[in-house]
Amino acid sequence: MTRKQQRLGVLALGMAALGGATVLVLSAFNDNLVFFYSPSELKTKAMSADRRVRIGGLVEAQSLSRGVDGHGVAFRITDGANDVSVVYQGLLPDLFREGQGTVAEGNLRPDGVFAASSVLAKHDENYMPREVVDALKKSGHWQEGGAAPASMAQKK
Amino acid sequence: MINWLANPARFIRVSEKAVPWCGWTAAAVLALGLFWSLVLAPPDYQQGDTVRIMYVHVPAAWMALSVYLFVAVASAVALVWRHPLAEVAARSAAPVGAAFTFVCLATGSLWGRPMWGAWWVWDARLTSVLVLFFLYLGYIALVNAFDDPSRGGRAGAVLALVGVVNLPIIKFSVDWWNTLHQPASVMRIGGPRIAVSMLVPLVIMAAGFMLLFALLLMVRMRTALNERKAMALRLNAGAVAPRQPEPEPAVAAHTAIS
Repeated sequence: MTRKQQRLGVLALGMAALGGATVLVLSAFNDNLVFFYSPSELKTKAMSADRRVRIGGLVEAQSLSRGVDGHGVAFRITDGANDVSVVYQGLLPDLFREGQGTVAEGNLRPDGVFAASSVLAKHDENYMPREVVDALKKSGHWQEGGAAPASMAQKK
Repeated sequence: MINWLANPARFIRVSEKAVPWCGWTAAAVLALGLFWSLVLAPPDYQQGDTVRIMYVHVPAAWMALSVYLFVAVASAVALVWRHPLAEVAARSAAPVGAAFTFVCLATGSLWGRPMWGAWWVWDARLTSVLVLFFLYLGYIALVNAFDDPSRGGRAGAVLALVGVVNLPIIKFSVDWWNTLHQPASVMRIGGPRIAVSMLVPLVIMAAGFMLLFALLLMVRMRTALNERKAMALRLNAGAVAPRQPEPEPAVAAHTAIS
């Protein structure tokens, strides 16, 4: 075995060990690496009221209502199977609308309503000009929310 | 092929012709790409004109990952085959890659504020790209931390190879975990989810970024090789020249090396 082959062998072995270690670490930390929980996950986890969490999903259609004072909003976040009612006071990002992905941070009150302290909008991986969307809608190939419901609901 | 490329003298000769050619092509492609993406491309149906940040952000992100892979492969070749040019290539590419990563993070932040409602969030995609940026900085610091360039190169090569585990984490973070960042639009199973009128300028910009990287890499490698040659000449001259009577010979020797 030449020195070159020796060095190559050590390198290959080192990279394999490193890769294996990374896979083990990542699978061990899997639950801590998620940015948000889905409404279904929130149901299965017993959350205490003072623990700050983030929940993500789609803003359910026809669930958005604005408070009488004008700056409070209430809506429901859904992942298709379960949904959570959210109340929030503050500014909403431009992309926030019904049918759109969203991530809210706050805590789950004992009455099951999620009190959000910040609301972020999540957009999907589709990019297209307005005219294409109009054409798709005209031909009946358009689904509101695009591929987002499937991709957000599948996440475990 | 790798042996043919590994000759520094040949690289200097070939790159001398390639640098101006590459530079003009990069300028032309980038000018076309910028005009196409900032003026001709249509606004997005949801994001409007803000989507134009994508034409800089996404190519910068691709380059951040590809340049790191380049540094790692060159490091492996330098470690195993001891090719003189491979180490120079890895060392010269790293600051360019770090710059691409910074552009990716900065434009991403500017894009995140109006669209998501946050400059920065600690989700898996953003955090892993930040780690990539720190890997670049650590590599640059490490290779320059040794007086003996070959020792610094070897230590840096090991760091670059260890950091490779971060690349699949960045790429698949949006698929493995819940992230605020959306999944891949272009390099995904089942084809791009981006309209052709927006994909074409994006690809042109990506080609422009690649040419820019090739140009910067060649210029930096030529400078590094010339620097090494100058240092060797200076050391030789110092060894051959008759020693001048100096009050402090240790200081004189030090200034000759540095």
